Amino acid sequence: MENLQKIANNMRINIVKMVHANKSGHPGGALSCADILTALYFNAMDINKDNLKDTVRDKFVLSKGHASAAIYAVLAEKGFIPFEELKTFRAINSNLQGHPNMLDCPGVDVSSGSLGQGLSVGVGMSLANKLEGNDFRTYVLCGDGELQEGQIWEAAMAAAHFNLDNLVLIIDYNGLQIDGYNRDVMNIRPVGDKFKAFGWQTVAVDGHDIESIIAGLNYAKTVKGQPTVIIAETVKGKGVSFMEDKAGWHGKAPSDEELAIALKELGGNN
Amino acid sequence: MAKIATRDAYGKALAALALENKNVVAVDADLSGSTKTAELKKVAPERHFNVGIAESNLIGVSAGLACNGKIPYCSTFAIFATGRAYDQVRNTVAYGKLNVKICATHAGLTVGEDGATHQALEDIALMRAVPNMIVIQPCDGIEVEQCIRAVADYHGPVYVRLGRSAVEVVNDNPDYKFEIGKGVVLHKGDKDIVMIASGMMVQESLKAIELLKEKGINPTLINIHTIKPLDEELIVKYAKDAKYVVSLEEHNIYGGLGGAVAECLAKHCPRKQVFIGTQDTFGESGKPELLLEKYGLSASKVAERIINECK
Repeated sequence: MENLQKIANNMRINIVKMVHANKSGHPGGALSCADILTALYFNAMDINKDNLKDTVRDKFVLSKGHASAAIYAVLAEKGFIPFEELKTFRAINSNLQGHPNMLDCPGVDVSSGSLGQGLSVGVGMSLANKLEGNDFRTYVLCGDGELQEGQIWEAAMAAAHFNLDNLVLIIDYNGLQIDGYNRDVMNIRPVGDKFKAFGWQTVAVDGHDIESIIAGLNYAKTVKGQPTVIIAETVKGKGVSFMEDKAGWHGKAPSDEELAIALKELGGNN
Repeated sequence: MAKIATRDAYGKALAALALENKNVVAVDADLSGSTKTAELKKVAPERHFNVGIAESNLIGVSAGLACNGKIPYCSTFAIFATGRAYDQVRNTVAYGKLNVKICATHAGLTVGEDGATHQALEDIALMRAVPNMIVIQPCDGIEVEQCIRAVADYHGPVYVRLGRSAVEVVNDNPDYKFEIGKGVVLHKGDKDIVMIASGMMVQESLKAIELLKEKGINPTLINIHTIKPLDEELIVKYAKDAKYVVSLEEHNIYGGLGGAVAECLAKHCPRKQVFIGTQDTFGESGKPELLLEKYGLSASKVAERIINECK
């Protein structure tokens, strides 16, 4: 577990460095899902260099595509892309596009960026796995504000209708979106009851306790006949004091001084 | 001549293809009886997915199936596939160059009585503007049958535009071979007027030529089933000897076949072009043949414009 925490912390160091490197990106929502991605890529998912290019395997859909720095950081931790490449994030000619493109970056299982679309893709992947009768699982990560998109509920209805117990949705529930708190912009509560009403199994976890996230993911593997949503309570900007729970750090790059403070807090080197 | 709607030919071709290729699946949004994907359901029910009245999800689910190696043929009316779900088509399907075949039916005015909300007249323009997208509009049952097989062999997103109303079979010759991106010369007439048509306007054009012949005018007719990529070589080959090029489509004159032909001519061989299509207007309810007459797409109206404008 200690090792996983180290990986998540290293991801956070790389996330702030990436956003700083070309003065562009979305640190808040990337930092909030670093522990979730660690639990997925280093525990729940069977994904490695040998099966990376397989058409069918455990898959991950980053529906909140603006948290691209987080997926690039975890792909680097897995050794799928070189750490050196992270510096090119959002720069011209980079494989690491502002929002992930599956054609450019190995390990990105589908392109994303326009919110609300990833759960539908997850439903399609899961239907294909059911059709083949394999045991592969599909994981989709959505932001909480993203639940305001109507398509999420079209897909939620379909996932339950098709009994997709091989599909897991994880909600990075940090409570914030660009214009402020969800509850002020457009209330999404009660999230669990909504999914229950749509026919989903629901689990609440501490989104910054990797053990808790893994327990949720393991529980989801035991659910039969219906999809599972893991509601992960998180803090936007987690790990960097001045970014924590601040909507202003949704899509803003740190200055040189701010980077130095952030790296000091995370124990990283520039 | 035998008549069959291109959507009916689609259903039959899809069912036949599904029996041969286990990766072929159909995804529909509560219109399987109209789009004819129900034909696949008859032979392979486990490979037919109905997502209900949810077109954004229709495209997203199809994208996911394609990610995992399936060849989804997803169908709804053209207006919904390209309008409501445009963002899903652009950002998820086309950007990732996913192997999704969007086979949209009920395109154009010949939807008839349902009226303007259901008559897609800008779908070609929308799909043509999306990178990675192939745009095909087969004109008859034979072309549909071969097209549905050909797009399965091509890896990447394809938009296939199909119609509701029955149309005459015009490609019933044993040598006919559909090839993505290759136009078909259907009538070799005089060189000075070249008609370039797509979809059901091919049949109207053939009828118009019969009317024109009575007046001593005998244009050449090219069927362009693939609007993107456009068969520029064939178009230029015929346009260079012509005085007039006439584009004919059941679509707005902006952004569709007429636009594509004009871009080609402007680049390679500028010619005076007559744009036959809807003139930047919505449609309305009515019987298909009466709508074609009112909006200037019937054989008689086409002949009239050619007589008046190609002097």
